[in-house]
Amino acid sequence: MPNKTFFWFFLPTGLAMILFIGLPIISTGIQSFYAQHDQVVKEVKKCDPFGCTVSIVVDQEKTSKIREEKPLGKFNGFGTYVDRNHLAVEEIGNFWNETNSFGEFVDQVTNLPFYKALIFTLTYCLFVTPNVLLLGFIIALSLNAVTRRIRGPLIFGTILPMIVTPLVGSLVLFWMIDAEGIIGANLQMLMDDPYLSLKSSKTLTWITIIIYGIWHHSPFAFVVFYAALQTVPQEPVEAAIIDGASRWQRVRHIVLPHIYPVVTFVALISLMDNFRVFEPIIGFSAEGSAQSLSWLIYDNLVNEEVILFGSAAATSMMTIVGIAILLAPVLIRTWKEFRTAR
Amino acid sequence: MRKTNMKKILISLLFLLFGTSAYADCNIKSGSINILANDFPALRTFVETAKGCKGSADFKVTHSSEHNKIAVPALTANPSEFSARIAANSSIVPLMNQDLIRPLDDLVKKYGKGIQDSQLITIDGKIMAVAFMANTQHLYYREDVLKELGIAVPKTYEEVVAASEKIRASGKMQYPYAAAYKAGWNLAEEFVNMYIGHGGEFFKTGTAQPSINNAKGVATLNMLKKLAGLSNPDYLTHDSEAIKVEWESGNVALMTLWASRSGTLLDDDGDAKITAATKLTGPATVAGGNIPAATLWWDGFTLAKNRSDADAEATFRALAHAAANKKMVADAADQAVWLIEGFKPGPKSIGVIEAVKMKAKPYPMLPQMGLMHGALGSEIVEFLQGKESAEQALKDVEAAYMSKAKEQGFL
Repeated sequence: MPNKTFFWFFLPTGLAMILFIGLPIISTGIQSFYAQHDQVVKEVKKCDPFGCTVSIVVDQEKTSKIREEKPLGKFNGFGTYVDRNHLAVEEIGNFWNETNSFGEFVDQVTNLPFYKALIFTLTYCLFVTPNVLLLGFIIALSLNAVTRRIRGPLIFGTILPMIVTPLVGSLVLFWMIDAEGIIGANLQMLMDDPYLSLKSSKTLTWITIIIYGIWHHSPFAFVVFYAALQTVPQEPVEAAIIDGASRWQRVRHIVLPHIYPVVTFVALISLMDNFRVFEPIIGFSAEGSAQSLSWLIYDNLVNEEVILFGSAAATSMMTIVGIAILLAPVLIRTWKEFRTAR
Repeated sequence: MRKTNMKKILISLLFLLFGTSAYADCNIKSGSINILANDFPALRTFVETAKGCKGSADFKVTHSSEHNKIAVPALTANPSEFSARIAANSSIVPLMNQDLIRPLDDLVKKYGKGIQDSQLITIDGKIMAVAFMANTQHLYYREDVLKELGIAVPKTYEEVVAASEKIRASGKMQYPYAAAYKAGWNLAEEFVNMYIGHGGEFFKTGTAQPSINNAKGVATLNMLKKLAGLSNPDYLTHDSEAIKVEWESGNVALMTLWASRSGTLLDDDGDAKITAATKLTGPATVAGGNIPAATLWWDGFTLAKNRSDADAEATFRALAHAAANKKMVADAADQAVWLIEGFKPGPKSIGVIEAVKMKAKPYPMLPQMGLMHGALGSEIVEFLQGKESAEQALKDVEAAYMSKAKEQGFL
């Protein structure tokens, strides 16, 4: 496609992307550098049905004047980024000086909200992404081998987890693993431990969420791999069969190299999706044991009675940076291959 | 079961047919009324009563348990989406902080006939809300279980612990205690109650500096952990609705729950034996204190600032009609502890009335309290899970609060 045609072809999409993705990100970025103005408070008498007390309120006259002058708030630079609820630079410095052993230092750091969330998010990505790729590939291979007649219903059944709304899917599983649910109660019987609860232990909660993640995301990998498998040329496969190559050798040396670009694509998309893990935490009511970066943003925006725009914006920006870092190796590799291919 | 449902349907049909004519038309000629409210039976009754006098005004209502998340953005818009917001002690604070609600003095003077002075929420001499019901968390107990084991009705949390241990030892129930300990808002609310019961203060006097990392804070956490140990191990995922279900399945004999939920616990649905044995009592005290480990709450209406005066007037007249409605109070005496004249407390109001008698404190109406509540909800979880010490947890709460308070300009 000539560059000019491409430009006109891409223009509507490009404009929509700038309008709906680019500008909001820039606006979020700007907000993350601002904090609220210093609150001017005054002492007043408050009376309610239970009696009167002297207490404080925000002085609206003075505050609104400051707000009108600078509606964005007080410029805070990277203040929100480095505070205790985010990168906690100062706190980490203190821990380093105060703690005696490295283990103790790590304990202290992982107790900070941002790092706690980061560790869960990375663990989730690390376990879910490869397993999704593997499981998706195995299912695609097996389905490709069954007779055509039953393939349709099988494919439909396989992509069901993706069709089910994430929140509904996790809620169903949430009730199944309840101490009185079918999985929870049977596990208690199997392990002979009436106190076993999948929801109360942090490790078990993490495992549940990760298994849920694999279950939910595998169909996506499967669909893409299955489509790619249809394009594998039959001649080399037949030649390999004549040469006496085993099934594994055929997959390893013919199928995999052929669909390799698609594997990269699925890996990229999965990584991005998994880094933004959010719904299962809400669905499993797992806020106590597992927090992700996306959950932190949600928490700042809706769980507080005062909306923390600065905090949420800072976490959002760091999530974007995090995804960029995660994807960098794959992107660089794709770019290099693209260059050599030309 | 089916019979009672039929009865309910019949009654609601009758209400539909004749109900509206029972209310006086307040002669509202114009304006548009749009109300945002939480979702529980008493509030529905209240808003329905207000609707009865809407006259020719346009009337809309949104009942949502997510009301807190909608309120500030919806009222910030100009003109704001809602003309009125049914708020409580805690949820009026963000509205005050952002200057989103209007003083009601003139309207009360003009149309507030029948509203009692005690219903008015005044801040700095200005009426900012009109309260109509009170709420608190208090103890519920299973009379049959306590009687069988010879346990007296607990009056303190120490007695609650002893009673629960006895029930567990008897083998009757594995997890005899329940309270809404879901990580987040609910858990923080339990901490606030227990800490106030210990006589604690959240902030250094007159400042926004936190002061919970002290002996009272540690004692509070230890008591919460003891109670959590007697609860279903999934307690960190249980909100008020979940423990209500636990109670109705007969798994629990002692419970701390909102007074406004008593209606659904004591209705005809569910096991009749459990319902009959469900009894209410006042909130418990703790650590030898006199005031209960509970907070008093009021629910009242506020009017949006960013809305025309005509809408505000129409909305006020409709809501004031409900907030001074003796008939509603008599008809729905079971649904809430109404603060309205003519209310005769029934058996379901024992909890709140006891709490008031015991001089329970109201939930602190401070501009920075929401931030403290948020920090508590997430930072004390690891202590309950046994992963860190009480001192560390309280230190974390203070640190998390300070960062948020700095961002919001309180420190």
